[in-house]
Amino acid sequence: MTQWSGYFGLILQGALVTIELTLMGSVLALIMAFLAGMGRLSRFFVLRALATAYIEFFRGTSIFVQLFFAYFVLPLVGFELTPLQAGVLALGLNVGAYAAEVVRGAVQSIGREQHEACIALNLGRWQGMRHVILPQAFLVMLPTFGNNAIELLKATSVVSLISLADLTFQAQVVRAQTGNTMVPFTTILVIYFILALLISWGVRSLERRMARGLDGVRV
Amino acid sequence: MDWDWDFVRQILPTLIQGVKITILATLLGSVLAAIVGLGIALARRSPNKAVSRSVGWVAEFIRGTPLLVQLYFIFYVLPDIGILLPPLVAGVIGLGLHYGTYTAEVYRAGIDNVPRGQWEAAKACNLSARQTWSHIIIPQAIPPMIPALANYFIAMFKETPLLSAITVLELMNQAKSVANTYYRYLEPITLVGAFFLAISLISVVLLRWLERRYGKIER
Repeated sequence: MTQWSGYFGLILQGALVTIELTLMGSVLALIMAFLAGMGRLSRFFVLRALATAYIEFFRGTSIFVQLFFAYFVLPLVGFELTPLQAGVLALGLNVGAYAAEVVRGAVQSIGREQHEACIALNLGRWQGMRHVILPQAFLVMLPTFGNNAIELLKATSVVSLISLADLTFQAQVVRAQTGNTMVPFTTILVIYFILALLISWGVRSLERRMARGLDGVRV
Repeated sequence: MDWDWDFVRQILPTLIQGVKITILATLLGSVLAAIVGLGIALARRSPNKAVSRSVGWVAEFIRGTPLLVQLYFIFYVLPDIGILLPPLVAGVIGLGLHYGTYTAEVYRAGIDNVPRGQWEAAKACNLSARQTWSHIIIPQAIPPMIPALANYFIAMFKETPLLSAITVLELMNQAKSVANTYYRYLEPITLVGAFFLAISLISVVLLRWLERRYGKIER
């Protein structure tokens, strides 16, 4: 009988790395999403072009290729990254590109009358965005952001291929040491699923919280 | 490290070998995903609560866990219970199952979008369930689904590099092996990225066309 408790500790360590990656990647993705999403709505052509190029590039190639690029090619041009940094960078930039489109769509979904009201109240472009448009748009973004976060969680498994000791990596270690495949892989599948459920539950409760007091205001 | 065109010319034939496998896996995976998705969508509409609930949960589980781990599961765990699959077959099954759970949602939305009146009219014309589906519902439900389905097939195409983790010799794996042989990462990985970017930029154009052609729902 294999001593499973030790191996389970190994998998838990992997789970911590996965959670860490998901959190840090999400923060970077959120920042990139707002930067690029706002960039696409900018008045200035240069900003729009930059944002579009970023979004198309990162949505156009797969996360796997981007990760390998960050880990193997960037050092050649002088950016030495640890596996964790490369992982967070690739995950954040990739998911950020998808989320940027969500930001753009949500901001555009806010009705014209809100923009007009901002002008009527003599709010500047930035003030109107900050106090009127974004708070409403954020609620529209939330559910899709939840999906994006789950996509990011799933994408973290790819970092195991650049030797970062996340869940998938640890499962491979356990497989190599015990020769058993069923137990480690089933365990991590369940852990990933629980993490995904946690994210969707968290986003739903955040959504409920933020929608409080808005009944009847939103159409 | 500088870009070396001679090296590019030298490795190109090997990469093209990989491209063929990548495209093959995408096509087979798409067909499987289309079929699996239809199966899931129909099962979820089943009047039998046990069937619809359990299929719903399984689909939810597959959608909430990483494709990479599912591939490992198919490739490493199934042989233990006597199912030994060649890498490419395992990869195609993984892609098909994973994206089948996504296409199932597309089918569901497409079927739900057929107006109620069509169902009632079919009933009024005394069509059987089978006739209703094949002559009334499916022909109206399919065209609006096409852009969304194509979107997922493109997403699947971008995920094919993951198959390299279960030793399928597709583009990414060929690039990695070339890189490891000559210890030059810059050209192979960049070429892979450029290839995926090129295909996905082309597919964006194709997708726009599909949306114009089929995306409108006639009411």
